[in-house]
Amino acid sequence: MKKYTIAFCCFLFSTLLLKVHAQQVEKSTFGTFALTNAAVETVTKGRLENATVIIRNGIIEAVGPGVSIPPDAQVIDCKDLTIYPGMVDGGTRLGLQEIESLSLTQDYDELGELTPEMDALTAVNPNSVLIPVTRVSGVTSVITYPSGGLFPGTAALINLQGYTPEQMYGGFKAIVINFPSSGRRGRYDKRSDEDIKKDGDKAVKKLNDTWDRVRMYASIDSATTGKADYNPELAALVPVLKGKMTALIEANKESDILAALKWIKEQKIKAVLTGVAEGWRVADSIALAGIPVITGPVMAMPTRDNEPYDQAYKNAGLMQKAGVKVALRTDEAENVRNLPFNAGFAAAYGMGRDEALRAVTIIPAEIFGVADKIGSIEVGKRANLFVSTGDPFEPSTAIKYLFIDGWNIPMESRQTLLYDEFLHRAPGMTTQPVPGKS
Amino acid sequence: MKYTFFIFFVISCLTTFAQAPPGDLIIRNGTVLTITKGKLEETDILIQKGKITAIGDHLKAPSGIKEIDATGQYIMPGIIDAHSHIAIDAVNEATHPVTAEVKVGDAIDPFDLSIYRALAGGVTTSHAMHGSANAIGGQCQTIKHRYGVLDPSAYKFEGAARTIKFALGENPMRVHGEGRGVQPRTRMGVERVIRDAFQQGLIYKEKWTTYEAEKKKNPNVPAPLYNERNQTMADIIDGKIIIQCHSYRADEILMLLSVLKDFGVKKITFQHVNEGFKVAPELASFGAMASVFSDWWAYKFEVYYSTAYNATILTRNGVVTSINSDSGELIRHLFHEAAKTQRYGDLSDDEALALITINPARQLGIDTKVGSIETGKDADLAIFSGHPLSIYAIPQITIVDGIVRFDKAKDPADMRLYIDPEEATPTYYGQEDVDGCMRDTEFMFSHRH
Repeated sequence: MKKYTIAFCCFLFSTLLLKVHAQQVEKSTFGTFALTNAAVETVTKGRLENATVIIRNGIIEAVGPGVSIPPDAQVIDCKDLTIYPGMVDGGTRLGLQEIESLSLTQDYDELGELTPEMDALTAVNPNSVLIPVTRVSGVTSVITYPSGGLFPGTAALINLQGYTPEQMYGGFKAIVINFPSSGRRGRYDKRSDEDIKKDGDKAVKKLNDTWDRVRMYASIDSATTGKADYNPELAALVPVLKGKMTALIEANKESDILAALKWIKEQKIKAVLTGVAEGWRVADSIALAGIPVITGPVMAMPTRDNEPYDQAYKNAGLMQKAGVKVALRTDEAENVRNLPFNAGFAAAYGMGRDEALRAVTIIPAEIFGVADKIGSIEVGKRANLFVSTGDPFEPSTAIKYLFIDGWNIPMESRQTLLYDEFLHRAPGMTTQPVPGKS
Repeated sequence: MKYTFFIFFVISCLTTFAQAPPGDLIIRNGTVLTITKGKLEETDILIQKGKITAIGDHLKAPSGIKEIDATGQYIMPGIIDAHSHIAIDAVNEATHPVTAEVKVGDAIDPFDLSIYRALAGGVTTSHAMHGSANAIGGQCQTIKHRYGVLDPSAYKFEGAARTIKFALGENPMRVHGEGRGVQPRTRMGVERVIRDAFQQGLIYKEKWTTYEAEKKKNPNVPAPLYNERNQTMADIIDGKIIIQCHSYRADEILMLLSVLKDFGVKKITFQHVNEGFKVAPELASFGAMASVFSDWWAYKFEVYYSTAYNATILTRNGVVTSINSDSGELIRHLFHEAAKTQRYGDLSDDEALALITINPARQLGIDTKVGSIETGKDADLAIFSGHPLSIYAIPQITIVDGIVRFDKAKDPADMRLYIDPEEATPTYYGQEDVDGCMRDTEFMFSHRH
């Protein structure tokens, strides 16, 4: 009898342990949700007051003031709260970098100048600690891209939740091109002006030679109906050549931007300019070419010593006012969470709040061809959204709820867990005597 | 006699009208964030000879005084950055794990454009620090951003406490252990290097004490050999210098506290101190202060287990905390960095603003002069278009010693004081920030910090 009692107690104890363990890990939940009594910043269809948003099967099923609540819905009262579409960062290394100074935790810079076949999505670590830290700020999707070299690889749009890269994939890939620069790489670049020009010319030649080879490869490939010699580098570029895939072309210096625009026109490819730090100098040319731009970080130094201190803050707004389609990026890994603050600075320095909000929601969605899925609060779109106490660009605003693909994501990250543990440290630990030192 | 008096009166009036002395100013009708004495609406601030002489409603001012209308605007104390490397043309003397004898004050660069750009972010004072290459680096220099003045020594903050840079963890280990093949290569080595330096300082100090005593009996007794490095260590032991220690991990912070206890050293501010939150009670009970980043983390392994809630946890545990930049870019929006504590934590407006005003002033030993808006203090002020903790607030005017050093309305694009005659058009440099902690060690490494 006693044996059974002990066994029963053991069983009880172990279930208790399991329960405690289960409580420690908060998981995302899926289902039907009704977010009620909320203000809604739809981005594309204005601001709604006292509205309800219904989420079912990962999709926004209904939006509006008169929406009835389905009986199976879990109701979340959003009184005094505002619903925004999840923010999209147009350029990051999220998932590809864990610790900046440790090269073995960096997967964004493969060896070689010509490596367009390197696929960022392959190396995205879904369990990166950086991802929950980012998404609790309301950023739900990012472009993560390889860098270094002329053709560093293939970027991917990812949603910031999922156990596998495939679950995270956001439906857009693009080839990254670092357009050859005629400028210095920074203050510590000690090359002579002559050497810089020589290196620049060489890089342009390499770009054009590569493109000639791609064209050749593509024509052999179509003439032989897909039997061209195995060449993954050139094969990866064929969809760009044929206008079926977008190229993200990094160019920052005024003359490089103009050269890139000319090159894009000559090659008749589908392209987006990235970086574009001196875009304000040639904003009209960019607008005329009709090439969209992903610019940032906004909080950055002016590119030249004679420029106003706030030129980088103003850059995005100046381009947008000139008629350029502008999305924002942080160009960050661990601090992609600062996207809303970069947008806030762009807003304050000329872009205006509404345009800045568009620049981190619907505009990047349009640029990546996924505006039918994300970027605004509209019926039929994926439920990528967050609920906050107000304007997400204001630091004092708190993000209360977060949904990605209809999953209700816990508002925690390792940084919030450390806060919970250490704000008031558990008392009662005693110090052991340690011998003194000379 | 009467006539003479009259002439004297006229002349004095004329001079008053003709030119108010520099550092005289009245700011009218602003919302004043005093930091130490709450928020005052529609208030005037009178400044004479660079000092705040009155704060109040409808203040009477000497006629002819320069007037700034701050209606609808916010006035806060000039922002203080407790950790910066701007305005200097050398950062690291990375030739020995202990270089207590070198002084950043000898390397001030008045032509550094970063000073103006910091002013444009409301920052009036910064702590120009030696870098973190050495376990014990050089002595630092607190400066006022008097951009436009060409004499380097005129940037030094008069009466500021002496400070010295210490550094724990990866940087001294990489530079000396890995880079130069000398101790320290581990955190054990860092402790030994610091203990040894203190011990040398103590031995040196005792030699001089003995000598001073001997000299009274025998004036011909030879003096010990002067040694600036050991003298500096002795000054730290004597409480004449505040240690400013680059640190990240909780264990190394505890290590240094234990070393300091052994040598009776009390004055210390831990810099960066990303894991300070883990040992906040220990820091508080020692009386150590902390100067942190708002949200930097994961740029190296020793900051992987960080949290942006650091400043809040430290503050709530009673540690005097500041938020710093360590960057020529970030220094331009420290008001925003402070505001992040309202997302990562629940600090009040006053608590958040204290992180970039009165708290760093305490850490640099200048809190009787700056860091709050009070009569008698230096007229170092920053005027914003809105509340400085709002993302939409834009710095409008920055004042140092009663002199307007930045005015957005009159900001000429090109603020260079020195133009290279060989440079035809200003060079494109990209947007990189070069004013970091590991400057002058780039020849050894390729990444930041």
